[in-house]
Amino acid sequence: MRLRGFFQDAFFISIATVLTLRSYGLADEVPEAVIKAEQNRIQTIDQAMRTAVAVFGPGSRGGGSGVVISPDGYALSNFHVTHPSGDYMKCSMADGKLYDAVIVGVDPTGDVALIKLLGREDFPYTPLGDSDKVLVGDWCFVVGNPFLLATDFQPTVTYGIVSGVHRYQYPSGTLLEYADCLQTDASINPGNSGGPLFDAQGSLIGINGRGSFEKRGRVNVGVGYAISANQIKHFLGYLHSGRIVDHATLGATVATAPDGRVIVSNVVESADAYRRGLRYGDELIEFGGRPVDTVNQFKNVLGIYPKGWRIPLSFRRGNQRFDVLVRLAGLHAQDELLEKVSGHSLEPPRPKPPEPPEKKKRPQDKPKPQPPLPHKPAIKADLPPEIAKIIVKKRGYANYYFNELNRQRVWEAFRTTGNFSKQNGPWSLIGKMDAEGEVRVTLENDRVLADFPRGPETMKLDDPLEKQLAPRGSGGLLISMYLWRQLLISGPATYGDVFYLGQAPVFTHQELCDVFQTTHDAFEAKYFFHPNDGTLVAMEMYPDTNMDPCELYFHDYRNVKGTLLPHRLEVRIGDTAFGTLEIQSFELNSAAAENDPA
Amino acid sequence: MQLFSKPLCALTFSLSLLITSENHLLQLHAQQSYAETINSVQPKIVKLYGAGGARGLESYQSGFLISSEGHVLTVWSYVLDTEQLTVVLDDGRRFTAELIGADPRLAIALLKIPAAEVPHFQLANAIPLTSGNRVLAFCNLFGVATGNESASVLHGNVAVRTQLTARRGAFESTYKGSVYVLDAMTNNPGAAGGALTDRQGNLAGLLGKELRNSLDNTWLNYAIPIEELVGSIDDLMAGRVPTARRTDDSRLKPNEPMSLDELGVALVPNLLTTTPPFVDQVRNGFAAHAAGLRTDDLILFVNDRLVASCKDLRNELEYIDRIDELVLMIERDKKDLLEIKIRLP
Repeated sequence: MRLRGFFQDAFFISIATVLTLRSYGLADEVPEAVIKAEQNRIQTIDQAMRTAVAVFGPGSRGGGSGVVISPDGYALSNFHVTHPSGDYMKCSMADGKLYDAVIVGVDPTGDVALIKLLGREDFPYTPLGDSDKVLVGDWCFVVGNPFLLATDFQPTVTYGIVSGVHRYQYPSGTLLEYADCLQTDASINPGNSGGPLFDAQGSLIGINGRGSFEKRGRVNVGVGYAISANQIKHFLGYLHSGRIVDHATLGATVATAPDGRVIVSNVVESADAYRRGLRYGDELIEFGGRPVDTVNQFKNVLGIYPKGWRIPLSFRRGNQRFDVLVRLAGLHAQDELLEKVSGHSLEPPRPKPPEPPEKKKRPQDKPKPQPPLPHKPAIKADLPPEIAKIIVKKRGYANYYFNELNRQRVWEAFRTTGNFSKQNGPWSLIGKMDAEGEVRVTLENDRVLADFPRGPETMKLDDPLEKQLAPRGSGGLLISMYLWRQLLISGPATYGDVFYLGQAPVFTHQELCDVFQTTHDAFEAKYFFHPNDGTLVAMEMYPDTNMDPCELYFHDYRNVKGTLLPHRLEVRIGDTAFGTLEIQSFELNSAAAENDPA
Repeated sequence: MQLFSKPLCALTFSLSLLITSENHLLQLHAQQSYAETINSVQPKIVKLYGAGGARGLESYQSGFLISSEGHVLTVWSYVLDTEQLTVVLDDGRRFTAELIGADPRLAIALLKIPAAEVPHFQLANAIPLTSGNRVLAFCNLFGVATGNESASVLHGNVAVRTQLTARRGAFESTYKGSVYVLDAMTNNPGAAGGALTDRQGNLAGLLGKELRNSLDNTWLNYAIPIEELVGSIDDLMAGRVPTARRTDDSRLKPNEPMSLDELGVALVPNLLTTTPPFVDQVRNGFAAHAAGLRTDDLILFVNDRLVASCKDLRNELEYIDRIDELVLMIERDKKDLLEIKIRLP
């Protein structure tokens, strides 16, 4: 029906066009359809321009571009643009106003920075679009601050087409790898870095950051690269955590076999990929839901995921196909990344073309626009107090303020499902494990007592680790439940070390979940909260860094005396399911109740 | 999206009604995005890997298929100075290419890969362009694409069709003919040999080698119209421009052939399998010196036979009787093609 309607429209407009062109001659009058299309284009560009940001470097040197992606002022830019400014920068928008902005989180490897513009809750913004829908040949446009021209705060627009998709660009210097990026012939010059790439409909498809510059100097030569919007979507939750975010490694390297297959050339034995069964010589088939036919395709997939995500991997050995979920380890050791970020090893993404020999530098030569270079960060003491209070320095963080903010946000959302702070007495659960028989579990402050169909189990805090991982084959169900109760009662502030990791996938859910990474009594655990209703959907307890975690998935939340409690507990370890506990009764007690046997 | 694309599509539809009643759907899409056109062209574009690799000398360039049997048109350059010339198709298939022939005056070379029924451009269907025509340029600039990754596509307009006036220091080139000057940044490292099409994907030109004006440090973006090349390509495909490299046993060797020593010519040291035959030294008082051959000249043809290497040149001389006239075509200063006739005393 729609297609028919379209052809009808097209037909009538075409008749009108024919008549118009016949009666007025080809050049006399522009058909209405053209005028309308042109007006739409003007409107689209105008709307997009309002959301672009010019980032000014410290001491009015350097700078770049950015784009606001939410009404409360969160904006994206390049790491190499914001890095020289440190924690605080000035940003202008097309409304002619200059806004204060603070750093939120950085992804140095992916060359992405999240900043927050201050002073409004109704910023014009463009949310991230879907860059996987972009085709080579689609029209696109770039908005930004090339050559730092925006001294009147008005951004520059350049128009072009998408020249390539899923491009892989090797790291420049020691960081700044552009994987799975978009290539465009719209002009991208120094100063455009960090700015938005829009498709013809004004959807935000990428963040510009790099160009192929060689012997012609640092000006556009028709080859610009943008970090894909879909990669940034994967990292956005992590960036909101205020951390210095790392990229991932599979713990395995791949190579092209003579027959063109992509095969594993090395696997680290401590890697999750090894525990999932990946071995030397295996052929990769799919990774992250995408086919792997070349090494670049593998790198393109690996480059768009943050450290710690769990991603589907398919590989083949002989005639057998294996489909697993694999946890990605960090690309860098924590100290290594911090050192690269703070040290001098960071290079801005530019090759160094030799000066043409016949053109010696003369003092009277007009200074050329320079790319942003790292220099001394702004001094915090100069800041107005209302800005200084939202900059919190902590090792490993770009701005710890935003970690606390999100930790609080997630916990407050969870607290709407129940307040457990007073339920610090024993918790008892009665249920059935895989319909085999009755299970009783009592969670207390220093121990867990349980009755399984196979016999009784206990877990005490001072037991050796092996005993704490009871029952056998669960990977630590009892200690996990113990930790779960502890978090619910004490909350993130007193549970132990709790930080907001960002958002990550949980295979039981479509949405990315908010994640707490925690340490309590040397036990590391991750807690996954539903982004919409705040419920705890899963936890992973890591007894040791080189061991598979015990995974608990919380289903079937029901209201028990005003508190939402899960009534189905799925327990998994590695590639296998340990069992599912159907909970029939769930009883929480306050400490007072424990002291009072009556 | 609807608002933006519908009137445009409708307009194209109406224009297409005016012009022709065919291919409505194709045109509807072409206006909105070049994706469909580009998808139809990409399988005809190849990535070429050969000699080079030193600083400023990229070891890759571009080319495109012009026959179903695997003939590839590209530019004549140092990249081809190797026995291991690799052609990678859009679908990732790799072939070792054979140099069929070259026309140094047009700076083109014809290669052949052992493939059958490959997608290709029909040279006979190539179209002429004029100022203001919109164009797409397909090439592997900067070697961005590898394996089965598609070449880069840039868009632009023909600024003007004009004669390439090469002069000392400015746009030095052996090609002196007509070119399309483009407003797009088409002529980057690795782009030479790529295809220029109109926005329907019809072949119109061959992207030329990088040309820099050293006086003002500007670079020319241009393509050579296919019609300027068709005659020469036909000759090359028909084997009417023989090369020394392709063995030809039917010829008889004379008892007393020409020799470089007797001509008074020393070539550059033969370090590679296909060292280009550059003249290292011409001895005073010998025939070559008298005929005007100079140090640093590059010998391209010996009696109309292409010699791609020092080895080819020496082989070829064995077929020439010392009493006959020797005709050399040489390239001087990378821009002039000269014919030099030598007779031994």
